[in-house]
Amino acid sequence: MAFISGISRLKNETPDMRTRRRRRSELRLKAYGILAIAFALLALITLLGSVITKSVGAFTESYITLNVTIDAEKIDPTSDRDPKSIRRADFSGLTKGLLKNTFPHVTKRKEKRELYDLVSAGASFELANLVARDVSLVGQSPRFDFLASDTSDLYLKGEFGKLKQIPTHGQLTIQRTEAMVEISSSQDDFLNILKRINAGLVRKAKTMHIQAARHDNGVTEFVRRAAIATTDEARNENQTLARTHVAKRDQLLAQAQNLETLAATPRGSRSLSREDVSALLKLDGGWIKLTDVSANAATGEILMPLQGTKTQFDEWEMFLTDLPEISRKINDRQIVWLEHLDDLGAVKTVFNTRFFSAGDSREPELSGVWGAAVGTFWTMLVTFALAFPIGVLSAIYLEEFAPKNRITGFIEVNINNLAAVPSIVFGLLGLAVFLGVFGVPRSTPLAGGIVLALMTMPTIIIASRTAIRAVPPSIRDAALGVGASKLQASFHHVLPLAMPGMMTGSIIGMAQALGETAPLIMIGMVAFIVDVPTGITDSATVLPVQVYRWSDFPERAFEARTAAAICVLLAFLLIMNLAAILLRRRFERRW
Amino acid sequence: MKDTNFDDQFVQAKDIKMSARGVQVFYGDNHAIKDVNVDIADNTVTAFIGPSGCGKSTFLRCLNRMNDTISSCRIQGLIAMDGQNIYAPKVDPVQLRAKVGMVFQKPNPFAKSIYDNIAYGPRIHGLAANKNDLDEIVEKSLRRGAIWDEVKDRLNEPGNGLSGGQQQRLCIARAIATAPEVLLMDEPCSALDPIATAQIEELIDELRSNYSVVIITHSMQQAARVSQKTAFFHLGNLVEHGETGQIFTNPQDPRTESYITGRIG
Repeated sequence: MAFISGISRLKNETPDMRTRRRRRSELRLKAYGILAIAFALLALITLLGSVITKSVGAFTESYITLNVTIDAEKIDPTSDRDPKSIRRADFSGLTKGLLKNTFPHVTKRKEKRELYDLVSAGASFELANLVARDVSLVGQSPRFDFLASDTSDLYLKGEFGKLKQIPTHGQLTIQRTEAMVEISSSQDDFLNILKRINAGLVRKAKTMHIQAARHDNGVTEFVRRAAIATTDEARNENQTLARTHVAKRDQLLAQAQNLETLAATPRGSRSLSREDVSALLKLDGGWIKLTDVSANAATGEILMPLQGTKTQFDEWEMFLTDLPEISRKINDRQIVWLEHLDDLGAVKTVFNTRFFSAGDSREPELSGVWGAAVGTFWTMLVTFALAFPIGVLSAIYLEEFAPKNRITGFIEVNINNLAAVPSIVFGLLGLAVFLGVFGVPRSTPLAGGIVLALMTMPTIIIASRTAIRAVPPSIRDAALGVGASKLQASFHHVLPLAMPGMMTGSIIGMAQALGETAPLIMIGMVAFIVDVPTGITDSATVLPVQVYRWSDFPERAFEARTAAAICVLLAFLLIMNLAAILLRRRFERRW
Repeated sequence: MKDTNFDDQFVQAKDIKMSARGVQVFYGDNHAIKDVNVDIADNTVTAFIGPSGCGKSTFLRCLNRMNDTISSCRIQGLIAMDGQNIYAPKVDPVQLRAKVGMVFQKPNPFAKSIYDNIAYGPRIHGLAANKNDLDEIVEKSLRRGAIWDEVKDRLNEPGNGLSGGQQQRLCIARAIATAPEVLLMDEPCSALDPIATAQIEELIDELRSNYSVVIITHSMQQAARVSQKTAFFHLGNLVEHGETGQIFTNPQDPRTESYITGRIG
């Protein structure tokens, strides 16, 4: 005691101070821990939140419901009502004809194509299947849900922005001239649009000023180089360059000046380009797109003919799109058609069951994760069937039977090393050995399962050995003591006790394999596979590879689907980890 | 070694169950047991006493070849049971362990039901022809283990659910179930409270009528209470062995005396 108090006196502090200091450092450590956990949670929430919000769009799909006349002459010219020939009939033409009839004013070739693009290419196949299943529909005109194309679907979900209604006050007068209309309002109803355009002009002018400044820098630089040039040739060259930059700068400045003056006269007439947001008028069942506007007058193009021949309108609506036409995949005409169909009540958005039941497809609206999910199931089955028994038996041998010598030591070290080998290396091995030498069919769950089994095995061996080591030696002694052989002691007593730990380790290893992409790419499981695999030797893909592929597709609609596929993958992982926890809880024993 | 002589001697001495002659045990370079000669009489409780690390456990584990599981362990000399060398090549250690049962320091029931704990041994040795036989063996073993009345209504409950003393009696019953001739007990009461210890001691005394029992203990009183013969080990040597009464009252070797009186150990 005297010795200890001697130390504290040496450090010039009382025991009380020391206790306080110790308590403070404990509190500090606790705070750091809480901070670290909070940070980890935040990261997790951000990740899940962003994936889930992005995936929402993929869980609904849009349909355009129309009465379709199944023309007996076209669909079943032989009148034998044979499902096979009906399935091959021209339902695509039927669908196109239906759309043409719904929008009779569409006559131009390009516009027609845009119109057909509203519904998915898969819709006519679905119609064909429906009619082939129920041949009594031939000659009838049933209501049918045409699957909307990906762009229509995205628009209806608001991916390209919603139409924003601008309040109007005045009475509208229109004057038709061929395709164009002259419009005037009794109030300054278009002032809002003008303001937006002017703001756009100012922005544009600003960009031009920045560009001009850059050219100005160029001028200074080339003038300097010309001044220090040693040869005439170099001097001339730099002078020429300086002159071109001067010309460009002056041109940009003049343009910017023009735009600014234009923007400064707020009531003047402006024309709307594709780079401006579109202004659409809805009146008398028709739609007009404005091309030129001033404060109370405008010129417009008829996108959808008006019903009557009235020229004076008290009730009319004006809309602005969120995005200019140039920066969205759907054009103004298609928007108007969809809005018209929506007004007719023909558009509906429902839960997307297709996403969970369909295989892959080039068309985003037709694609689903079922093919990849089934592929994952088969692959995991092969992985488990190979890795679990081999892993567990290796662990039992190494733990219970192997002599502790140099060779087993070497094997142990290498198993641990194997767990740290990058997964793509296993992919290369699979490609070279299993595909190349043994001729395992490529792109199949069999090949993928073997490669992933190699990858998972070290994890399983390590986990299993830990589980076996956790079984107290007294249990082995007890078994040996009653005359069990070593094998019997291992299999009757040690293995059952170690099993929960082994299962947990295996499930965690499998979960790791579930998320593996790189080695599967090496063995060709990245192929585009539409069919749902029915066995381990069918070509297949797996969920993470599907995510990887979709993330690479240019179609915007795949963005949501990628996120949704990630959600499905995460759900799988969650289920597996839950199973691991439940197993541990259920079979955990005390001894 | 004069094996034949030993064999003759064993055959003549009918009441000697096991005997050891010139037993040396090495753990790697460590010489754990040095030239031990001892006889274990039938229907007798033999106590091994001695300070920690003196080799009693090692020697006990030689008697049913449990040391075989330790790869660095080497054994020299002769250990015989009923005149048969148990280290002879033709002897299967697994069969030997069925005949020489063992009870460990810490109760270690299998993570199975009480019934299965007892039935396991007879099952793997094929001692029961049918379920009825097995039931009979289980009941008999549990009765001999003096635990039948406490567990007869819950034979299907896990063995780990019993109290420490009950678990140890269960382990004794389990060891009895394979119909052994010798019962080795490695400090069977060290993890138990005095009441459970008293029960076990009583049980050991009963078991003596059917088996030859060897018990390791650190408690002088226990050795004096339960055993008829005592062997004192010190630093790997068997210092002295003989009648318990004689060892405790009139030790021949000063080391024995020091240990018993508490001066070493």
